[in-house]
Formats: sequence, C-alpha cells, structure tokens
Amino acid sequence: MSLTSNDIARIAKLAHLAPDAPQSERLLTQLNNFFSIVEQMRAVDTSGIEPLAHPVAVMGDIALRLREDTVSEANQREANQRSAPAVDRGLFLVPKVIE
Amino acid sequence: MSDTSSLAQRPLHDLSVQELGTALAAKQLSATELAQHFLARMDAQRGLGSFVDVRPEVTLAQAAAADARIARGDATALTGIPIAHKDIFVTRDFATTAGSRMLKDYRSPFDATVVAKLADAGMVTLGKVNCDEFAMGSSNENSAIAPVGSDALAPVRNPWNTARVPGGSSGGSAAAVAARLAPAATGTDTGGSIRQPASFCGITGIKPTYGRASRYGMVAYASSLDQAGPMARSAEDCALLLSALCGPDLDRDATSIDRSAENYSRDLNNSLDGLRIGVPKEFFGEGLASDVRSSIESALREYEKLGARLVPISLPRTELAIPVYYIIAPAEASSNLSRFDGVKFGYRAPHFDDLADMYRRTRSQGFGDEVQRRIMIGTYVLSHGYYDAYYLQAQKIRRMIADDFQQAFQQCDVIAGPVAPTVAWKLGEKSDDPVANYLADIFTLPGSLAGLPGMSVPAGFGSAENQHMPIGLQLIGNYFQEARLLNVAHRFQRATDFHLAKPTGI
Repeated sequence: MSLTSNDIARIAKLAHLAPDAPQSERLLTQLNNFFSIVEQMRAVDTSGIEPLAHPVAVMGDIALRLREDTVSEANQREANQRSAPAVDRGLFLVPKVIE
Repeated sequence: MSDTSSLAQRPLHDLSVQELGTALAAKQLSATELAQHFLARMDAQRGLGSFVDVRPEVTLAQAAAADARIARGDATALTGIPIAHKDIFVTRDFATTAGSRMLKDYRSPFDATVVAKLADAGMVTLGKVNCDEFAMGSSNENSAIAPVGSDALAPVRNPWNTARVPGGSSGGSAAAVAARLAPAATGTDTGGSIRQPASFCGITGIKPTYGRASRYGMVAYASSLDQAGPMARSAEDCALLLSALCGPDLDRDATSIDRSAENYSRDLNNSLDGLRIGVPKEFFGEGLASDVRSSIESALREYEKLGARLVPISLPRTELAIPVYYIIAPAEASSNLSRFDGVKFGYRAPHFDDLADMYRRTRSQGFGDEVQRRIMIGTYVLSHGYYDAYYLQAQKIRRMIADDFQQAFQQCDVIAGPVAPTVAWKLGEKSDDPVANYLADIFTLPGSLAGLPGMSVPAGFGSAENQHMPIGLQLIGNYFQEARLLNVAHRFQRATDFHLAKPTGI
C-alpha cells in the first residue's frame, strides 16, 4: 500500500493542517517510509483478541471510576484567559463565523 | 561533626539528594546556599542548552521558604532540595512551552499535580528544562524553544560529548542531572522518554506503573501511555523522589490508580539472593551494538555474583511494538492536539481568511515537523476505512504484548536488557530520518505499551569512537513492582561505580 499526494491533501484537511507543496512532498515520502514498517503488523493473526485501549485494563481488578457531574473548580476566568490570543470583556474572540 | 568533614571536601553538586537532605536537616547547609550554588552552575553551563526558563527570584523565594520550614522543624526528606522540571509539566511560576512554538511564553494558571506534590514536600524549583516538542522525539532535537541565554534555537547537548544528543524526549532533564546542574529532575515517559535519555546521559531514571503518578497538568501527548517519573544519579535518590511524586489524584486524573502512596525506599537493601532475572532473547538480536551488548552482558554477570539467577525468556512481539506504538501514540496525539486551534491559548497565526483558515495556519505555523507528521499519521489511522486495519489491529497486538509480559513474569521477577540499541548518536545524525529514530525505541516501547514500570541504570561505557558514552541497563518489573526494581538497581549500584562517573570538565 502506498499513499498518494491526494491522500496527503485529504489527511491534512482532516487534521486542519495546511502543508505547503515542498512539505507535502516530504510528508508523502516520510509517511510512506513509515507505513512500510507497519506492514508486518497487518499480517499478524489477531482473530479473537480483544483490543486493549488502556493498560489499566490488564492490571487486574482495577475499575476506572466515574464521578458526580458537578462543578468542582473555582472560576478562574482571568487566569485562564491570560494566555489567550484575543480576548474582550472575558470572551474569546474569533473571526466572524456567521455573516 | 565528624561526618561533615567529608561533606565539606566535596562540591555541593556532587552530593546525592540523600546526602543533601542529611546536610540540610543537620543545618550544615541552607536551602538558599544550595539554590545559589546550582543557579551559578546553571549560568556557567548555559552552553549545554538544558534550561529554557530560569527565574532566580522565584527559586530563591522557594529556598527561603524551605529554610523557614527546616527551622520550624517540619521538613520532609526533600525539603530544600533543588529540582528541575521538564517543560511538559505546567507551572504557575515559570513559563510552560512543551518545547513548542504553539505555547511559547504560555503561563499556566495552575501547577501540575507532580510539581505541586514535590513543592508540598519542600523541593525548590531551579527552572524548566527543554524537551522534544510535546514529548515527541528521542534526541531532543525537535524542540522549538531557545535555551536560556540564547536568542536562536540551540540543541540540548550531551554533557559526555557535546557533539552528541542527550536523548529524548526528557533530554534537558537528563543533561542537567548528568552535568550536575540539578541533583534531580522530573521527566515523562510515553515510549521511553525517561529511560532512553537517562541511558544516554549516564543517570538513573524510573517510569512507574501507568496510573501511579498523576497526569494532571502534564501537557498530553498519548494519554494511555504518558507517565511521569524522577531522574537522578542513583536508585536511592529516585526512590525518595518517586515516593513523593506518586499517589492517587482521583478528582483530577481519570486514570489515576486508587492506591495509596508508598515508601519506595523500603526494600532498597534487600538481598538479591535467588532473584530470577528474565533475559529476553529479542533484546539481544542483530541490531544491538557490540559495545552495548558487552556492557549489558557484564551487568548480568554482576547480578549473578549478587546471587541472582538469569532466566532466558522470550518477548516474541518486541519488533512489532514499533509499528503498534507509532500507530497508537500518534492516534491519541492527533486527538489530544486538536485543542491547539489558536482560540483559547497559545499561538494564533497573524493572517488568515476565515475561522477554518485560522485553524489551519495556526496549526501549520505553530507545530513543528515531527508533531505534524504524527498528527497526520494519527488522523489517517483513525479515519474512516482505515480504523480497523490500523488502529484496532494495533490495539489488539497491544494486548498480545501485555499478555507476553505476563507469561514472562511467571518465570522471572524482573526483566533486564539494554535500554537502547546504541549509545547516544551525533547531533543531526538522524534528524532527516524519522523512521530511524522510531526504530531506536525498540526496547522501551514494549513495556510502555503494557503500562509496566521500567528504569534505566548506568551499566558501562561505549568503545572506540563511543568511548566515554554511557550505556544504560533497562530493568522492567511487573505492575506496582517499583520498590523491587529500585532494590534491584540499588544493589547493583552498591557493587558498581558507573553511576558515580562524571563527564570530563563537569
């Protein structure tokens, strides 16, 4: 299997990235190199094997917890917005979305 | 004061965390003096490029508070001991960049739990140390942040040979500890990022069982793998630090394990008589450099002298761990890094046409090449039509790898082998070849995928052109066996002196 430049454009769009032409070219080569080492993985017989999403699931009888859906943090709007690129009166500013 | 004479003859930066703690408690030394000593060393060794943010006023205020605490008599074993934090942990008093242009100058409103726990113990922060961008890399060459004292980007250098990489992603942590710019540092390990730089820089580092240290405030890379741990010069020091930084954080980390903190120093001196050390044959294949092989084999012989028995084992899917990890980690990264969109924090592109264009330009300009590659891989393997063939298949093999370890642990108590196939490579040597970097992670990835604790222990030096380059022995334990691992490492360090070796000129 080999990716094409169309695949690179499609994946970049999904990932909200905008690689320029030379970068797309490099990504194509590098991703194809990478997927050549992935081939060995595809040949493994995994029938009947449950996917493991998380290592805690194999550590024995440890259950992941749920918590009450309640507010637990104090409001720190100012501190949280200190590193925002554009803020006005406590609101995050973005370019106009609806005309 | 008979025991102080030996202390007085040795430079402060050569003392261990343990020794510094004793001297502080005995008031032979103040936390302020100690902080000043290290700040001066950091300043003199700026050329190593390990620190990315230093604020002496913050450090000295913390040191003064530690001195007051010692005077009041409510100090812990770590009160007044300086530490450097990997710049992947968010900190209120220092900038947090994760090595990324995306977060240049970012200031967090809170401290990561690991940082807060060490501060609660009274540790004094020396500053933030460099790392690969979002912890993605094995050489620290992927950072987009210039070191303190430099206007331009400059790589972190390995103190054993400044033309070599320190390893990564916790490269700044490892270089700072090896160069005695800090007695200890925090690191994080997703696929080997504590163990490999510890090995490359000749220091000791441990990654605990997944879920043992809180991930709250660690800038996320791959959430089912990321784990914090200490890096220092000995297993004894790592045990002290690990005891302070682990423990449940149930309200803030959904995967934090509900198991109380432990004293990891408790078994340090236990005998190794009868210990069964599993030696996986797959860790000694063709790709292993001969100098690494011979150091690891000598280390195993040393263990036999200490009473351990070597048991040949097999981890048959070792090589498969590379594609499995490099599917799963980028998949999780592509999801985690979607939060960087130029709206709520960090970088925003200066020019754009509309909102979608703002996202794209912000991310293309804000993320470096390696991060963009991994986002692309992750997006692809999670996309419609490829999910089953790649992501799900990788998760199935992940379970097989975890099961292989459980099989192996029926025959042995710990597993030993090399951390990496080679010593530290030259700066720039692999930077154009991402896949070559991935392949070098082969021995650390299997344990990471299984969520097992693992550590790196200095075990020798390279030969020929690699002379003086450190080699690390990897020890892998079963879940929650950190105290055992530290015991196995400590007994080795009592019998050998590799961990005491110093880079020349340091």
